[in-house]
Amino acid sequence: MILSGYEYFLVFLLVCTFVPILGLVLAKLLSPAIASPASRTTYESGCEPKGGAWIQFNIRYYMFALAFVIFDVETVFLYPWAVAFSQLGIIAFIEALIFISILVLGLVYAWRKGALEWS
Amino acid sequence: MNTGIDLQRSLIEFLTGLGLPFGLAKVIWMLIPMVVIVLGVTVGALACTWLERKISAAMQQRIGPEYAGPFGILLPLADVGKLLIKQDIMPAKADPILFTLGPLLVFISIFLCFLVVPFGEHLLISDLGTGIFFIIAISSISPIGLLMSGYSSNNKYALIGGLRAAAQSISYEIPLALAALAIAMMSNGLSTVDIVNQQAGYGILSWNLWRQPVGFMIFAIAALAECERLPFDLPEADEELVAGYQNEYGGIKFALFYGGSYANLLLAGLLVAILYLGGWELPFPIDTISDFLGISPNAGWWQVIAAALGITMTLLKAYFFIFFAVLLRFTVPRVRIDQLLDLGWKFLLPIGLVNLLLTAALKLTFPFAFGG
Repeated sequence: MILSGYEYFLVFLLVCTFVPILGLVLAKLLSPAIASPASRTTYESGCEPKGGAWIQFNIRYYMFALAFVIFDVETVFLYPWAVAFSQLGIIAFIEALIFISILVLGLVYAWRKGALEWS
Repeated sequence: MNTGIDLQRSLIEFLTGLGLPFGLAKVIWMLIPMVVIVLGVTVGALACTWLERKISAAMQQRIGPEYAGPFGILLPLADVGKLLIKQDIMPAKADPILFTLGPLLVFISIFLCFLVVPFGEHLLISDLGTGIFFIIAISSISPIGLLMSGYSSNNKYALIGGLRAAAQSISYEIPLALAALAIAMMSNGLSTVDIVNQQAGYGILSWNLWRQPVGFMIFAIAALAECERLPFDLPEADEELVAGYQNEYGGIKFALFYGGSYANLLLAGLLVAILYLGGWELPFPIDTISDFLGISPNAGWWQVIAAALGITMTLLKAYFFIFFAVLLRFTVPRVRIDQLLDLGWKFLLPIGLVNLLLTAALKLTFPFAFGG
């Protein structure tokens, strides 16, 4: 069966969730109450915080996020190809070569357009 | 070939022999390795923190941890105790749900990856068919947790740190996946056990390191970046972002981040060992020892020794990588964010693609040497 072994995943997920929750409960029982409201102010290197952090600003990473989606999906497509490669032979190699060269063309385009520059 | 010991069958037979129903025996069997792995990873991560202090002290001609136990070996335990009894402070302006969920998500996603990390032929929790792909998929959940905690803290340093963590992990995930892809191609499958078995036969000479030198380099760099270790620790960057997304965290939630990041380092070390350094294989075929001593490789006690040797070898290789990461941390300066992104997108990604195509071409030309 192709899904054999995944019951372990479910049980391990529960075990892994239990450990940090146990830690949180233990800390709740052991830790003292918060002494003063001053300790709940936002940290800003010792100064009074000026404004909040929930504002609109230029993230700069969003072009990278777009490029990431393209190449991540490409990698997912390549996984079945790589696993079955020994049975597919030279035709599959040429197909993957075409597939990857189209993507490399896209990478070169994004590079030339300056999408991979941070500033 | 050494097939390793099959504990599952013998334990279930033992428990059903005691009069327990088969179902209950199976559940007990499922829980034992999980508890062992969770405890082992926690101890391994604590050992990493101690090693990091001790090695950095040696590099800087200090003594390092000294008073808690012999060579200060109990200091990590003292740390855990201290973090447990600290005030659990949350900023008044923070989002309470996301603030708690962030560290939980990071911790759980990193620990889940150990589901498929093998220490021997049968010494893993579950030999999933998706193996290495499972690790890559699950480990990419943790940046969401980092982004959550960075955003929910309502603190400027934390927000910038969280965004940097997300950008960094997406930039290095693709080279990491491409390097693992070349390995999957050579072993004709994604299962971590198959990947190690494919490296057996000729001892150190059949390790993937020699067949994938470029892939090894890509994987090591990308793994360091995924762990947010120096020289790639921009999301934390103590001097500029005062610990980034961890800024507002203290007490047990900080401990979850801290433990999670060292567990991630341990995972990276284990992955390097499994994918490139032959996993539990010795530097020479283990059959040569049993032949030399004239022992049957199927004898029960010999299989126990072989399994223990396998676990030791896996951990030795993993801690060798961790030692290297610690050395690097106290040797090189931090890169800038544009240098980091350039390295990921303009260097590692193209050579990752070339390495993959090269592996495919070599596999067509020399099918025997590259996994047939």
